[in-house]
Amino acid sequence: MTALNPLKPSERMKIARQESLEQNAADRSRNFLEVSHGLNEERALLEARRCLECKDPVCTQGCPVSIDIKSFIQLILEKNYVGAVNKIREANYLPAICGRVCPQEEQCEAVCTMGKKHPSIAIGKLERFVADFELEHELFTPPQVKEKRVEKVAIVGGGPAGLTCAAELAKMGYQVTVFEALHAVGGVLRYGIPEFRLPRAILDLETERIKALGVQIHTNFLVGRTATIDEFFDEWGFKAVFLGTGAGTPHFMGIPGESFSGVYSANEFLTRVNLMKAYQFPDFDTPIKVGKSVAVIGGGNTAMDAVRTSKRLGAEHAYLIYRRSREEMPARQEEIHHAEQEGIEFMFLTAPTRILADQNNWVRAIECQKMELGEPDDSGRRRPVPMKGSEFRLEIETVIEAIGQSPNPIIQATTPGLDTAKKGTVVTDERQRTSRPGIFAGGDLARGGATVILAMRDGKTAAAAIHEYLTEQSHATCDLKPCAEGASARRVESSTFGGEPAPA
Amino acid sequence: MYPILKKEFLSSTVARFVIKAPFIAPKRKPGNFVIVRVIETGERIPLTIVDSDPGAGTITLIVQGIGKTTRLLLTKEAGDVLTDVAGPLGNPTEILENKTVACIGGGVGTAELYPITQALKAAGNEIYTIVGARNKDLIILENEMSACSHHLFITTDDGSYQRKGLVTDALRELADTGILFDAAYAIGPLPMMKAVASVTKKYHIKTFVSLNAIMVDGTGMCGGCRVTIGGKMKFACVDGPEFDGHAVDFDELIMRNRTYVDFERIANQRFEESHVCAKETTV
Repeated sequence: MTALNPLKPSERMKIARQESLEQNAADRSRNFLEVSHGLNEERALLEARRCLECKDPVCTQGCPVSIDIKSFIQLILEKNYVGAVNKIREANYLPAICGRVCPQEEQCEAVCTMGKKHPSIAIGKLERFVADFELEHELFTPPQVKEKRVEKVAIVGGGPAGLTCAAELAKMGYQVTVFEALHAVGGVLRYGIPEFRLPRAILDLETERIKALGVQIHTNFLVGRTATIDEFFDEWGFKAVFLGTGAGTPHFMGIPGESFSGVYSANEFLTRVNLMKAYQFPDFDTPIKVGKSVAVIGGGNTAMDAVRTSKRLGAEHAYLIYRRSREEMPARQEEIHHAEQEGIEFMFLTAPTRILADQNNWVRAIECQKMELGEPDDSGRRRPVPMKGSEFRLEIETVIEAIGQSPNPIIQATTPGLDTAKKGTVVTDERQRTSRPGIFAGGDLARGGATVILAMRDGKTAAAAIHEYLTEQSHATCDLKPCAEGASARRVESSTFGGEPAPA
Repeated sequence: MYPILKKEFLSSTVARFVIKAPFIAPKRKPGNFVIVRVIETGERIPLTIVDSDPGAGTITLIVQGIGKTTRLLLTKEAGDVLTDVAGPLGNPTEILENKTVACIGGGVGTAELYPITQALKAAGNEIYTIVGARNKDLIILENEMSACSHHLFITTDDGSYQRKGLVTDALRELADTGILFDAAYAIGPLPMMKAVASVTKKYHIKTFVSLNAIMVDGTGMCGGCRVTIGGKMKFACVDGPEFDGHAVDFDELIMRNRTYVDFERIANQRFEESHVCAKETTV
């Protein structure tokens, strides 16, 4: 019992976990509007009352970016929603995004004390509620930057890792420039995650908030080609670089028929729809072609996004083909559940062996074989083994392969001395430092394929490490020069802050 | 935004643009391309960089109006802007030194061949250039190609200019006269490059072709531009765009490039309607 919440713990436990309002499955499987409407104020307040206000809030330990969850929930109880979102923003600059795409059920909500006997507190939905409240009422004010610093930092890749690193460094007063290869920032949030899970309007607003911190953004800039990392140091005057270029190279299965028209990588399929808005053809110029029956190969969140998108593009049958069983699927439970509601047809323990085409080279069928689970493999999951004589043919017109990605090799190939691991990932220590001083890396580029929130954690960890590195560097300079000069050089007037980042 | 500084028509459907792109201009090498998005609702298309002026921070593109996007681009004038230009992308051309080479351009492919021919000349090669097109109107850059070649031959399919026939006819004749080519660089429509590769294979001439596959990002991310080279899957954007002409599966690429023909028809129709409307309004 507290002043804010007069309920006893036993009474709190009796309140049912509040669920989001959602578009019904039949409607939403034919449109691109957001599936979940989130919690309304009434439900959010009720949900906040369920929090047991633990003395030792384990939820914060379960959060990759250590959000002070207990405090923001208490601020909700005070109806101080802006205070709550600002409390989140101290630890995570992109709450409207994380409230939507974080796998809370594996993180904060997985360790929630309430969750031991009852459904855990809907922390993710509360995060989204306060973030949306602030958006809707336009109550955002950028955090105060206490100290301006002269050092310039380059962020390579405008995805979740890079944007988080940029925001954290900008809050510390550094001059930050983000370099993005595509024509818009967001990375996988822009080209990968569909509108119906993360509306672009939300992403655009979160991006504006990063710019509001003074961060410069260069789009259409492919680092490694347009300029190299060494040129950033030698010619552009950057003192540190963060690499967050993700895992963008799509894998293909290597079965016959992958070059036929109608076979897409999930990257291409989702990029056409999400980045290029092909679902609005011909108002937008990029085309996409989806047949009556679509087969998506894979079991991760990308596969879920692709199969649910194909349904929305008009597929009558949208199949998800996965070689293991439902239990082994790496996709979020919520996404699998949503996909089931939307009429996605799951084919577990099934592996494609060949794609067939008609006389115009268009896909007409896929040949598969059934699998059974054998002994566990390196990943600890039971290895699928083909069953003899189980081959069958499925008539389809579109195949989308969502079987994984690896990092784009351009940066590694153009940056001497940058150590990489076997799958092309950049090697870092626990502080995101690479083999080259002044170069830091994180997100999928370092992990090889993980989640948005882990990329954000890396961006945040790297920002702290970059701050430490630059501080050491400036002290080293200070030792060489008269100290007063060195110290004053680290502070500039705000009028010169955020100036032209480009060289002459 | 990327301003157009200069535009001139080289034929009735081909125009040369000089575009402000200060980061790309100093980095561009022969063989590189850019991805262009003309307008906010536009698609991303690859265009070869024909020339650059690092001092002025400009690049030159030569565009033939074929699909909706390139036709829209041709309506743009000096003073207009392109929404996005990203690059330089792709691997630069492998430039041989002090050899005898054939440079073969078909249609607007001649524009892409031009910077390569210049570089080959600068590297001390003896250059036999063959430029071909359907008709006289589509022959472009004759003076420029002449200036960077030791020998220039022009063919038109219909005989409306210079010799009637295909570039492969001229190439075969040259080879038969006993000229020992060390390499051939061929850029043009896929059937033309396929035909050139089949001729050069007979004469055992190493052949570079530049593949114009369908691309979205142009940075290795979508895999839409995958081509089969010697039985292996490659991405034209990051592994190419130039490949060994004798190893390319041209038939497969020709089929893949037809993937969106229905959509192109719709887009072209729409473009024509809006274009006619716009014209009527201005009248």
